[in-house]
Amino acid sequence: MSASGIIKSLVLIAIVIALTILPLFMQKDAEFGGADGEAEKAIIEINAEYKPWFEPLIEPKSGEIESLLFSLQAAIGSGILFYGLGYMRGRKKQEEAAKQ
Amino acid sequence: MSRKKIFMIGLLLMFALLPKPAFAMHIMEGFLPLEWCMAWGVLTIPFILVGLFSIRKTINEHPRAKMLLAMAGAFAFVLSALKIPSVTGSCSHPTGVGLGTILFGPATMTVLGTIVLLFQAVLLAHGGITTLGANAFSMAVVGPLVAFATYKIIKKAKWPQGIAVFLAAALGNLMTYVMTSIQLALAFPAETGGFMASLVKFMGIFAVTQIPLAISEGILTVLVFNAIAAYSKGELKDLNVLSKEA
Repeated sequence: MSASGIIKSLVLIAIVIALTILPLFMQKDAEFGGADGEAEKAIIEINAEYKPWFEPLIEPKSGEIESLLFSLQAAIGSGILFYGLGYMRGRKKQEEAAKQ
Repeated sequence: MSRKKIFMIGLLLMFALLPKPAFAMHIMEGFLPLEWCMAWGVLTIPFILVGLFSIRKTINEHPRAKMLLAMAGAFAFVLSALKIPSVTGSCSHPTGVGLGTILFGPATMTVLGTIVLLFQAVLLAHGGITTLGANAFSMAVVGPLVAFATYKIIKKAKWPQGIAVFLAAALGNLMTYVMTSIQLALAFPAETGGFMASLVKFMGIFAVTQIPLAISEGILTVLVFNAIAAYSKGELKDLNVLSKEA
């Protein structure tokens, strides 16, 4: 990658990080839950009689176990993604070397 | 700027600055009446079938693209695991279907996106099995279709590649959650104001939370796409993602 390409990538990464961190300062008192419990509130405000008719078959026992599973998901995904990128990079180098 | 635009921006700012906890994610288990679960499921099935054929065709015609296919699925897998804080004071997560859509078309991502949703529903109690059809329709049908159309239109207009990738992924992400709001509003019309009142309510929760995340997803997709393009130009040309002469 060219030097300008690397700088461009770093700037883009910095924007993503800023977009992620800024809300934490903008909303100091917010809970930042993705709380599914809040969904009940919004739906029940509209329709007080609604009862969920199905329960999750397995629910992670605690927040810790849930975050374990989510980080596992991210780890597996990025493992495959970057294995692929490394593979393609090596293959390209090899093909270029073979041409010479 | 027209008055309508100013009004819209004001409305957006209002939503953005109102701190309210939200549930800006997939529709939870049991929270969609049975008839709606069935309806969205039935609507999704044809897209999955087309997707399975499309994947088989891709693998047969471009065996070298198998690695890219795995990477497109992996990208959606990573991004939907990341719950990111947003300006509304709640968290939501990107969908990651834009990248695969650009590489392989929308139907392929219907299959891969549904697999991701199934994993989260079964193991993480995130989303749900009963709501799988509805969530697949928003994330794995509408999202990819919007991303695909956006990409094609911008490519046709001859805008730069990076802009096309960015807008495709960002709009695909955003429209996924607009669709989720529509689904919830259809199932739960407000007593006064009906569908529209509910839609405004759910959009305020879902879509507004999603705006910064859509931008982040757009940028991340551009970064990964650029890396792939740097190492794998041949495949991208084979798949007609990049024009042959470029």
